[in-house]
Amino acid sequence: MREPRKWDWTAILLISPSVAIFLGLLVMPILVVLVLSFGERAEAGGYQAAFTFAQYANLPARWAAFRNTLTLAPLGTIICLIAAYPLAYYLAVKVSARNRLLLLVLVIVPFWTSFLIRTYAWIFILGGKGIPALLDAIGLADVRLINTPFAVLVGIVYGYLPLMVFPIYVSLERLDKRLLEASDDLGASPRRTFLQVTLPLSAPGAVTGCMLVFILLMGEYLIPALLGGGKVFFIGNALVDLFLQSRNWPFGSAVALSLVIIMLVTVTVYLRMTLKNRGLRDQALV
Amino acid sequence: MRLYAIVVYLFLYAPLGVIALFSFSAGRSASDFHGFSVQWYATAAGNRFVIEALLNSLLVAFVSSTIATLFGTAAALTLPRLNRTFRTLFDALTYIAIMVPGIVIGIATLIALATTFNVLNPLLQGDAPGAPPLGFGFGSLICAHSLFAMALVIVIVKARLAGMDRSLIEASTDLYADPWATFRQVTLPQLMPAIIAGFLLSFTFSLDDYVIASFVAGGRVTLPIYVFASIRRGVTPEINAIGTTVMVFSLAMLVVSQVLLRRQARKPATP
Repeated sequence: MREPRKWDWTAILLISPSVAIFLGLLVMPILVVLVLSFGERAEAGGYQAAFTFAQYANLPARWAAFRNTLTLAPLGTIICLIAAYPLAYYLAVKVSARNRLLLLVLVIVPFWTSFLIRTYAWIFILGGKGIPALLDAIGLADVRLINTPFAVLVGIVYGYLPLMVFPIYVSLERLDKRLLEASDDLGASPRRTFLQVTLPLSAPGAVTGCMLVFILLMGEYLIPALLGGGKVFFIGNALVDLFLQSRNWPFGSAVALSLVIIMLVTVTVYLRMTLKNRGLRDQALV
Repeated sequence: MRLYAIVVYLFLYAPLGVIALFSFSAGRSASDFHGFSVQWYATAAGNRFVIEALLNSLLVAFVSSTIATLFGTAAALTLPRLNRTFRTLFDALTYIAIMVPGIVIGIATLIALATTFNVLNPLLQGDAPGAPPLGFGFGSLICAHSLFAMALVIVIVKARLAGMDRSLIEASTDLYADPWATFRQVTLPQLMPAIIAGFLLSFTFSLDDYVIASFVAGGRVTLPIYVFASIRRGVTPEINAIGTTVMVFSLAMLVVSQVLLRRQARKPATP
């Protein structure tokens, strides 16, 4: 055992670069955003010092972006969950151990290939000469898919499905199979075993997956930008517009902070609601 | 159930396949297939702007992941030696860096650096007239990417450190190795796969990032910025070729990092 020292200089030296990066590139910038959000827009764009709540009062001006984000992000998360659960269940329970790893890797691989390229693929598929052309051939003319909320949802499910499958798979895989046998021995039907044993025990995985997907969706920019074509836009798209086009930094800062606050509040409330059981909460946060 | 799984795999891979397929089309149009050809790969490789964007991306990715890996690993190794309050704060910052949406990180970095430049540039001009003013470009890109990547490395290395067999370190100490020798001969070899995996994941992240880069790149064009702008102008087979190349490249990175993580997992603690 090392005797306790007052100043561990090696440790301080080793930790200081990362502390500097966190302070200079995370804490300081977020404080600047906070300060700017109480300021005013200068004539030529940018920032003018002031202390006003006008930017926050003006938030309803971007209501459409908030509405789209707050409807399509939860909806996308739920669709991901519904689509991912059966696959995770199949991988964890039905597949032989030999094939399991390969099949699991195949789910995760797309997640690590370029997100931009993967989303762009759907412009191709949903665009005029993709699925609409096929539908046209079987008599359904003039179906427009691209630049609709549907296209954005497809992009969301495509982009985030792997992220949802993985935690659910982990919780199902960890599940003690003897519990299922016990339930069966006690005369429960497979359906009842699933509903009363499997489903509750895989809840932490589902909760983690939903949280990951939801957090990423709240800040989503690329999917609406590419598949929503300016008609279906998220808060992220409004932010790009405010900072890079109209250069209204104070208002943009207020929108950005509201986004972070909404995110934190929804995630906290969501965790409180779904995981009343303290043990479950600890598991979900691993 | 099995059928459903097949449908999901098709859903996951069909779009990638479509892009790869059309990148080999000989036609000018991106949406009709006209015979096999690799001409669009040649076009992309001959496009000065593509090559410049690629080199910019590689430079930013390499420098930012190197910074992230060095500092992140140092931090993960040092944390257990520091007091509890500090550790809690540091962990909170790490999770904030990962959780805050990229778009907010991009914005925050943009306005913080813009403000800093506004303050510093007149001072620098006063000190050294004629010196080029500070501005956005490689520096700001590397900074913004290092932040997220470093948090990623910290989480990965910390997880590995927690799973490491403590008794080996104790054995090494008992056998009179000094702390440095223990670190070099026991800790580091065990951590190496996690460190390399962290580096590769950081590299992939940086290479793929559009959102943060769009805010802080200044006039620099990285590959995702180039691809995004081209998509806005219209879909071309050249983009398909670039996309396929990027996909293959990131796949290769992924395979390498996974093999490394797997090997470390399989290797028992006793050498």
